[in-house]
Amino acid sequence: MVETTELKVKIGLEVHCQLTNLKSKLFCSCSSDYRQSPPNTHVCPVCMGTPGSLPVLNRKAVEDAILIALALNMQISNKTIFYRKNYFYPDMPKNFQISQYDRAGGIPIAKNGSKKLEVEKIVHISRLQIEEDPGKISYEGTIETSKSAFVDYNRAGIALVEIVTEPDINSPKEARIFLQKIRSIMEHLGVSSGELEGSMRCDANISIQGGTRVEVKNISSFKEVERALNFEITRQKNLLRTGHRIGQETRHWDEARRVTISLRVKEEEEDYRYFPEADLVPLSISEEEIERQKNSMPELPEGHMQRLMTQYDISRQNAMTLIDNKALAEFFEESAVNYSHPDLLGNWIVGDLLSYLYEMDIELKDAKLMPRDLVKMLELIDDGTISGKIGKELLKEMLISGKSPDEIINQKEMRRISDSEYLNQLTEEIFSSNPQAVKDAIKDPKAVRFLIGQLMKKTGGKADPQLANNLVNEKLKTSKT
Amino acid sequence: MSEDKKITKEQVKHLAWLARIKITDSEESKYAEEMGEILKYFRKLDEVDTEGVEPTHHVVDVVNVMREDEPEIKPAENILKIVPAKKDRFIKAPRIV
Repeated sequence: MVETTELKVKIGLEVHCQLTNLKSKLFCSCSSDYRQSPPNTHVCPVCMGTPGSLPVLNRKAVEDAILIALALNMQISNKTIFYRKNYFYPDMPKNFQISQYDRAGGIPIAKNGSKKLEVEKIVHISRLQIEEDPGKISYEGTIETSKSAFVDYNRAGIALVEIVTEPDINSPKEARIFLQKIRSIMEHLGVSSGELEGSMRCDANISIQGGTRVEVKNISSFKEVERALNFEITRQKNLLRTGHRIGQETRHWDEARRVTISLRVKEEEEDYRYFPEADLVPLSISEEEIERQKNSMPELPEGHMQRLMTQYDISRQNAMTLIDNKALAEFFEESAVNYSHPDLLGNWIVGDLLSYLYEMDIELKDAKLMPRDLVKMLELIDDGTISGKIGKELLKEMLISGKSPDEIINQKEMRRISDSEYLNQLTEEIFSSNPQAVKDAIKDPKAVRFLIGQLMKKTGGKADPQLANNLVNEKLKTSKT
Repeated sequence: MSEDKKITKEQVKHLAWLARIKITDSEESKYAEEMGEILKYFRKLDEVDTEGVEPTHHVVDVVNVMREDEPEIKPAENILKIVPAKKDRFIKAPRIV
């Protein structure tokens, strides 16, 4: 028996971010806009590795990588080399991937960076590499039962950066926070958009104190990371608790079944037979080039957060949540221009809007919400047309339908009811059908809430709360005598 | 490094697997011997004093060959013509787990 609750967990991440601001692939001029395209339409002799073809490096990929290295406080190499990583797997038609390497003479574009997490914790970044994305494999049925692999090479050769961390992360939650920060940095730099499907993925190395390192691959979105890590840690702890040993292996995250499964023993690292890519000449990065990128550096998450706090007077917590998702922060700013209480607006976006998006499992861009409609909704609350509670329902409806608040209010009769004659009539009904509650309310003023509650319920929460309160209390006075 | 470091049959077997080449038992011994000879010959390079010499990553003394990020529309059909096995527009490959 091994006591496992106190065992320290160490996690290192290999984060892959596609450089989605590029219009062409990393080493050829095939369009990188492949997501809506039929299979194998963005392919050419270079990315398909036909004999005689030669790769040529995309200048913009290098500029992006320099920006990323600067944002992660990394040391940029003055000379960097591309390496071949050799393996047989149908996702790369060349049977190797052009990547970078930090051993066997390899020099990645940048090394030794760090990212501070909010919780007084630093994650060290060992290296940044430029490499090409492999193609996408699909199967008939499941991976285990399919007769063949069906490959689409549209993604093969898309530019990626790989960010490799030290095993400084101690929980799945920290991993999620770190990845959120990385995504926010990428989006602020304008180099990678996490909203695009499959644009940010990661592999994780997990070890539990006293155990061996296990690699989990195929975590296809940042959302999945916490889930995959939690599963793997529980699995390893269960093995330790029951006296088993953990062997070094590579496991595959099965998103559908939400488990990690063991893969056939793959090539060990040295078996990749890394060697310099002779088809590409070395890349030399001058101080001037680094300086030029420094000068073109856009506002980064930290700066953005400070600006939101001073410019709009919103809380630090709200500002922090907003900048974690750049699109959300932009939405806030677009709305704030036309609204007089940005603090209130911040609460709505960080609170209700964000939790609806989470609940519906969609990105803001997929929601049909316009900043001016959110502002309009808040104004309807401010001028008393609807209650705050109805506002919440309205917002959800707006997200789903994309209709304007006015349209929905009219359609669903959400307008606040301030017609005292109508409300009085309902109050009469409530009093006559709840004689006991009336008696209780006469004795105990607190019990009056039940009757007011009944009136709100009867009007679907639309009765003007102040008016409802007055009407019920007046009625109660007359009932006493 | 010892001068007579031998290549074992296991290493040859492993290399053959990495290269996805099928070889016979007798070939294993034959290649082990031949590769040992080749490596011994290459070991001559160890005799060169490389103290203070920059590693050569590329034989051509050129750096920074790059292209602008401009996409080109290229017909993929010619490439697909030489693909041995297809299903619709997908390229068929052996399933590897």
